[in-house]
Amino acid sequence: MSYPRPILIKGGRIVDPSQRRDERGDLLVRNGAIEGIHPDITPPDGARIIDAGSLVVCPGFIDLHCHLREPGFEYKETIATGTRAAARGGFTTLCAMPNTDPVMDSRAVVDFVRRRAREEGAVRVLPIGAVTAGSKGMALAEMAELAEAGAVGFSDDGRPVADANVMRQALSYASGLGLPIINHCEVPELAAGGVMNEGWVATRLGLKAVPRSAEEAMAARDVALAETTGGRLHVAHASTAGTVEMVRRAKARGLEVTCEVTPHHLTLTEEAVLGRGSGGYEPLSVSAYDTNAKVAPPLRSHRDVEAMVEGLRDGAVDLIATDHAPHGRTEKLCTFDDAANGISVLETALGSLMSLVHGGAVTLPALVEKLTAAPARFLSLDLGALRPGSPADVTVFDPGAEWVVDPTAFASKGQNTPLAGEALKGRVAATIAAGEVVYDGRSAA
Amino acid sequence: MTQAVESLAARRHVLDLDDFSRSEIEAVLDNAAAMKEVLQRDIRKVPALRGKSIVTLFLEASTRTRVSFEQAGKILSADVINVTGGGSSTEKGESLYNTALTLQAMNADVIVIRHPHSGAPHYLARHLAPSIINAGDGCHAHPTQALLDLYTIREKLGRIDGVTVAIVGDILYSRVARSNLWGLTKMGANVVLCAPPTLLPPDFIDGARMDETHPFASVRIETKVELALEGADVVLALRIQKERQKAGHLPSLREYSRMYGITSSRLEEASPGALVMHPGPMNEGVEIDPEVAHGARSVIEDQVTNGVAVRMALLYGLPSPARAGR
Repeated sequence: MSYPRPILIKGGRIVDPSQRRDERGDLLVRNGAIEGIHPDITPPDGARIIDAGSLVVCPGFIDLHCHLREPGFEYKETIATGTRAAARGGFTTLCAMPNTDPVMDSRAVVDFVRRRAREEGAVRVLPIGAVTAGSKGMALAEMAELAEAGAVGFSDDGRPVADANVMRQALSYASGLGLPIINHCEVPELAAGGVMNEGWVATRLGLKAVPRSAEEAMAARDVALAETTGGRLHVAHASTAGTVEMVRRAKARGLEVTCEVTPHHLTLTEEAVLGRGSGGYEPLSVSAYDTNAKVAPPLRSHRDVEAMVEGLRDGAVDLIATDHAPHGRTEKLCTFDDAANGISVLETALGSLMSLVHGGAVTLPALVEKLTAAPARFLSLDLGALRPGSPADVTVFDPGAEWVVDPTAFASKGQNTPLAGEALKGRVAATIAAGEVVYDGRSAA
Repeated sequence: MTQAVESLAARRHVLDLDDFSRSEIEAVLDNAAAMKEVLQRDIRKVPALRGKSIVTLFLEASTRTRVSFEQAGKILSADVINVTGGGSSTEKGESLYNTALTLQAMNADVIVIRHPHSGAPHYLARHLAPSIINAGDGCHAHPTQALLDLYTIREKLGRIDGVTVAIVGDILYSRVARSNLWGLTKMGANVVLCAPPTLLPPDFIDGARMDETHPFASVRIETKVELALEGADVVLALRIQKERQKAGHLPSLREYSRMYGITSSRLEEASPGALVMHPGPMNEGVEIDPEVAHGARSVIEDQVTNGVAVRMALLYGLPSPARAGR
């Protein structure tokens, strides 16, 4: 494999939480790997130089949870478009959820996704296998073979593993493989027909609601099952204060229980459904019932958002994952009840998360840790660090750059974001994946 | 007709009562009184909306409301086109969009929509040029029903300010209750909501931000009907649907009827001369006893007549494009 010319990133604030590094310096990339970090590196012959004077240089972001939609739903996203969106968002590794068509419950589909990623992907793609055949929640998928084929974990995401005994067996079986079960915790009977969080906004809008207990009851069940089996439980997209508290206690008891939270559950509330210009009990505007704010689990209350942020700070929340869920235009161009669940997140993740740093809720290194070292540790992979010899996955971003979200300019096919027209502060300047510049926004911006 | 006020000059849509001011509601009620006079003439026809098209797009079963709008439009000489459709499917969303675009292309001036999904009228208003009137959306709002309820109360009691209105029934799923809450509180009425706890929204009134500035700060919640009816000047019973029993909200309609049904003896708790109202269609013997529904205090049939007058007032009052042309 031939690599392009060396890349020298000069003068940036180098933030690598895996080594507690936060200092100015130069970073040299050569032959797909990080060659060195020093206060002042003389540019090698022919090097491409990225002047990072006012920028942050950190390991490439790792997304444990995204939907690339291929195979089966190429009108929503493809591996080519999804990985380009990732590059623009500073992500150099994506874990692809298996709710494709066919479901990623066999070696053949895993092989297909890995091959497409090699051929067309801008960044690394790691497949997540299904827990059950067809993600139907009944018979276990052939998890050992999926692991051999390269699956890094198992999930029926989009649906919960509703049957408690199936979940028990899955946790137990996967523990033999050392891999986690990633559950979309939501008791179907409590969530039935619900389209947003249960609370005053749902009441105001007359929308059928999903109570917090739908998530919490299944998370509690799963914590108990993790204890029974000794398996690794990862709660996908935790969204309530109660869930985070449960994970916190499970950790304190020494269980292998982890959770992730999405950028939208850290920064938006159920009030996003009210649309623009109708906060609180103001009259609704015609932009109410914003289908782009429909997501599962639903956006919750201020109190839940605060608990998520607290979880980030104290470690109850292990990592940030996007749950990037692109959809076609018509799937959101409809009534709120008919709209698909999901938000296109990859390209706005950093900008919305940086509001937590600008607002003083978390430090910049702590945020970077949740996007890099933490998911790398979860996956037990040599990623998420800027060490000589490690794969050159590097994200360079401007923490203070202000920009306005324009979904029509996304690389993702999914333009479904409730942030359209919002001003965000913090933008990716360049992304290097496996030693190649896969995004350079400095000229484009 | 002559004293009709051009009261809605700044208004394009009627989506709910949340964006109506008190004076705007009063103007609609005044206009409705003028329209009611038209309804009592020998020849019930005025040329106000000649050459204008009103489409009623009813994608959920309804007879009373659709016919009421149709009659209101026809008396005002508009061309009224009725479009009806089945219930909801996941395909419905896109077809709603396409249907709506078609109606717009056919130069509808006003689209009156009834839809099983909350927010469907807002969705049309966001994407289309015609005026949108909400004729009931999901569990969200039914503003013309609330206006006709307000009109009926004012007509019968002479005022709304200070009147105590008990709304009894399926508050959780009721668009009538939601729109009436806005209308009644804006007009100064005291509102009492009553239902079993399973049919009350868990976070309606006592939300985290509840304080005296909250528009529903004065609303009272009761789970015992006797307490709700105590001193009420108006008792508004809501329809209880059989689906609520199937979904586990109620043990049985029989038990609901025993515990919450509006009966003559329960009415004795209310003020002397209290009005009994119902948005229809009624389940007689469930939420309301037949003897009460057809009794001396019932104004349920007046509500139907007043519905036509109120809808005429709205169609007449909407400035653009229904009356003024584009």
